[in-house]
Amino acid sequence: MLELNAQTIVFFIFSLLTLGGALGVVTNRNLIHGAIYLIISLFGGAGLFVLLSAPFFAAVQVLVYIGAIAILIIFAVMLTRSMTQLREVFNRQWWASALVGLLLFGLMLVGVILPVWGTGGSNADSPVSELTATTQDLGVALVDGNQYVLPFEVASLLLTAAMIGAIVIAREDD
Amino acid sequence: MIPLWMYLVVAAAMFCIGVYGVLARRNAVAILMSVELMLSAVNINLIAFWRYVTPQNMSGQAFTAFVFVVAAAEAAVGLAIVISIYRSRRSVIVNDVNVLRG
Repeated sequence: MLELNAQTIVFFIFSLLTLGGALGVVTNRNLIHGAIYLIISLFGGAGLFVLLSAPFFAAVQVLVYIGAIAILIIFAVMLTRSMTQLREVFNRQWWASALVGLLLFGLMLVGVILPVWGTGGSNADSPVSELTATTQDLGVALVDGNQYVLPFEVASLLLTAAMIGAIVIAREDD
Repeated sequence: MIPLWMYLVVAAAMFCIGVYGVLARRNAVAILMSVELMLSAVNINLIAFWRYVTPQNMSGQAFTAFVFVVAAAEAAVGLAIVISIYRSRRSVIVNDVNVLRG
């Protein structure tokens, strides 16, 4: 079973941050508080990335998610200020939604995660190799003609299109 | 090392919390925040599988990079739509936005 070392403790702290923040996002009435809970949750995710030896994505999570997306959301909350503190947070089918969420979680837990990847499953508890690809390998793979250069370019086109689209949609009509 | 299924449980729980938020919240900005939670859970899953199953192959990390790109594009366009709707209808409650209702 799991021994209690520093890595395990850090894992539980970051998991708690991730899930607690996520619960705060969906239940909080004040949207500014919700955005701050979102930042906490994403920060916990960045910690999990560090534990999974993907430090580049931890940095990207902090820079892109917390630094850009969360700030964008806070701007949107401020621009729609009269909607920030609604009396009714949830719609009428909130109990059905909770049921769907819980059922989905139970289904994934019982149907996929524990039988296939759990302790009795075919796959071991530890990684197949301690050697991992590094950030340099990722950088090479993204521009290598045999690997991901085409998706990489398409992704940059997508970002350009999204930027232009956002400007056009949000612009005031004149 | 922490077994893989614990990461998967955390990511699944985060995803389901996001599903609940998308289905139950009334404010469009809160729904977008819940979508971000779901995408972040997917990222945790991708990185965990990459680390435990194919740590020397780049496909897991490359997929995560593209999920980041899609999340950023989705947030930008989604929030632009929300602000545009707020400007024309003075509301971001999704129930009030029913122009396309037949």
